Amino acid sequence: MKRWTADWPFLGLVGLLVVVALAMALFAGTPFGLSRYLANAIGQLAAFAVLALSLDLIWGYLGILSLGHGLFFAVGGYVVAMYLLKHSFVVTGTVPDFLQFMGWKDFPFYWAGFDFFPYALLAAVVVTLLIAGVFGYVSFRSRVSGVYFAIITQALVYVAMLLMFRNDTGFGGNNGMTGFTVMFGWPMGTSGMITGLAVASLVVLAGVLVGCRWLVGSRFGALMLATRDDETRLRTLGYETLRLKLTVWCLSAVIAMIAGMLYVPQVGIINPRLLSPELSLEIAVWVAIGGRGHLVGAVIGALLVNAVKFWLSSAAPDVWPFILSGLIVLVVLVFPNGLIDLARLKLVRPMGPKRIAAEVGEAR
Amino acid sequence: MAMTALLVDGLSVRFGSFQAIDDLSLAIDYGEVRAVIGPNGAGKTTLLDVISGITRPKQGRVLFDGAHEIVGRSEAAIARAGIRRKFQKPSVFEGLSVRQHIAIGADVGFRSRLDTPALEDRVGEVLETVRLADKADALAGALSHGQKQWLEIGMVLASEPKVLMLDEPVAGLTDEETERTASLVRALKRPDRAIVVVEHDMDFVERIADRVTVLHEGRTLFEGSMDRVRADPAVVEVYLGR
Repeated sequence: MKRWTADWPFLGLVGLLVVVALAMALFAGTPFGLSRYLANAIGQLAAFAVLALSLDLIWGYLGILSLGHGLFFAVGGYVVAMYLLKHSFVVTGTVPDFLQFMGWKDFPFYWAGFDFFPYALLAAVVVTLLIAGVFGYVSFRSRVSGVYFAIITQALVYVAMLLMFRNDTGFGGNNGMTGFTVMFGWPMGTSGMITGLAVASLVVLAGVLVGCRWLVGSRFGALMLATRDDETRLRTLGYETLRLKLTVWCLSAVIAMIAGMLYVPQVGIINPRLLSPELSLEIAVWVAIGGRGHLVGAVIGALLVNAVKFWLSSAAPDVWPFILSGLIVLVVLVFPNGLIDLARLKLVRPMGPKRIAAEVGEAR
Repeated sequence: MAMTALLVDGLSVRFGSFQAIDDLSLAIDYGEVRAVIGPNGAGKTTLLDVISGITRPKQGRVLFDGAHEIVGRSEAAIARAGIRRKFQKPSVFEGLSVRQHIAIGADVGFRSRLDTPALEDRVGEVLETVRLADKADALAGALSHGQKQWLEIGMVLASEPKVLMLDEPVAGLTDEETERTASLVRALKRPDRAIVVVEHDMDFVERIADRVTVLHEGRTLFEGSMDRVRADPAVVEVYLGR
């Protein structure tokens, strides 16, 4: 791997994220500032990009495909929603809809302390590590891998969705949770809060990107690639790959959880649909389109696909599934390494159908 | 006085109804280069799989260094004990450089103890031995088949193993490359190291092996020097048929 100082796409993207974050912070409230809609969209896109990075870390660099990363995303989302509702209740006395709906007088006991954000954050990390740790340990220990692992993760997220659809679990049931009015003592929905959340998302994205770059460029990162390329070979060189896989798997889960914590305050609602298999599959599509095994690719893939989705879901919601499917077919057939293929072709020589065929043939 | 590096005792491995190894016993001493030959399906690779912990036998034991039972221990634990193995199909990490391979092979641990001068020296030394010094920064995926074979030998060599197992090290190599591999294997021979080579190329085996074990249907058919192997009527029959 190139030294980070010579990794121009990486430096460029981090620079861009920082510049956008700074500009948004500086120009907020002035006539040069972004509209609330646009600022909010950028914030959500950044949260999705963090989610894409979490999947790229284990899929692109460790060769483990998870089709259930929505689970960890939702853990972050649900916990931050619990914080927001409890905090809003403490500040304004608003009783959450789902409590009234269930006819409950008080929050369930396990909501205790969630109005204190550090505690909520800790709870989210612990729950994520518990789920990821137990599931990862059992799977990796019995050497479940490849498509079987992917299917089990998909089943896991589906089971979680069914669980959360139940109204008596105390997490809002099928209606989910909404009506967040206060965050950190400030009212939600103001342009200041929207900009603040978007800037925070961009900063976290830049931070996660730098952190991942450091990890994959380290010796540990080399061992991740070695595990991906030939795990038995690495094991018979004396490395316990179980530990390595479990570590990266848990790290990836925590990053996905953080993405969920950024996302939910910005959309203002969480419901079990976040746990539907579609979202978890879509994350893999973002990464595949951007270029798996490339951090910059994963971010660009998530930003691009979701920007198109934002635009189309208001302009022409019916065609979105076709566009998405078309992109998948294109990537699978023509650009197996995603947009990275496209970038390489352009840099090397002018594009022509023959060239593309030859290059892609080699890449396979 | 040759001490036993590996003692295989009453080993049996079954895959479904196929008896891959059938009550096999053999001893390999420090200081020797032992070739294991035999027709396809004789159990050669399965034997290496058992010794490196990849396959669990139905029964039998494998003692390392005269005392340590290795059946039932993990691949990684066996490797750390000093038993290293090159696979039949060259197994390298396509996305890593040649230098990174040797460093990974030399140093076991997740932390970065890698940039130390001692390790740099070791990597350089191994690269010289397997003659890949000029390819140090190339990606393994870009190497030729022969170079991949040497890279994998270098990777398992880097930790100074006590037992070095090479599964078909010259398969698919040119005559010149085979020649180089033969002198490499001879150069790796040391009084405190046992080298086990599984190979089909009889001329290669003749050049490198001190002793030859002929396996047939999971059992030892013959054990001795190569010229006696060639003269043995039972071996000739198994190899040439009737």
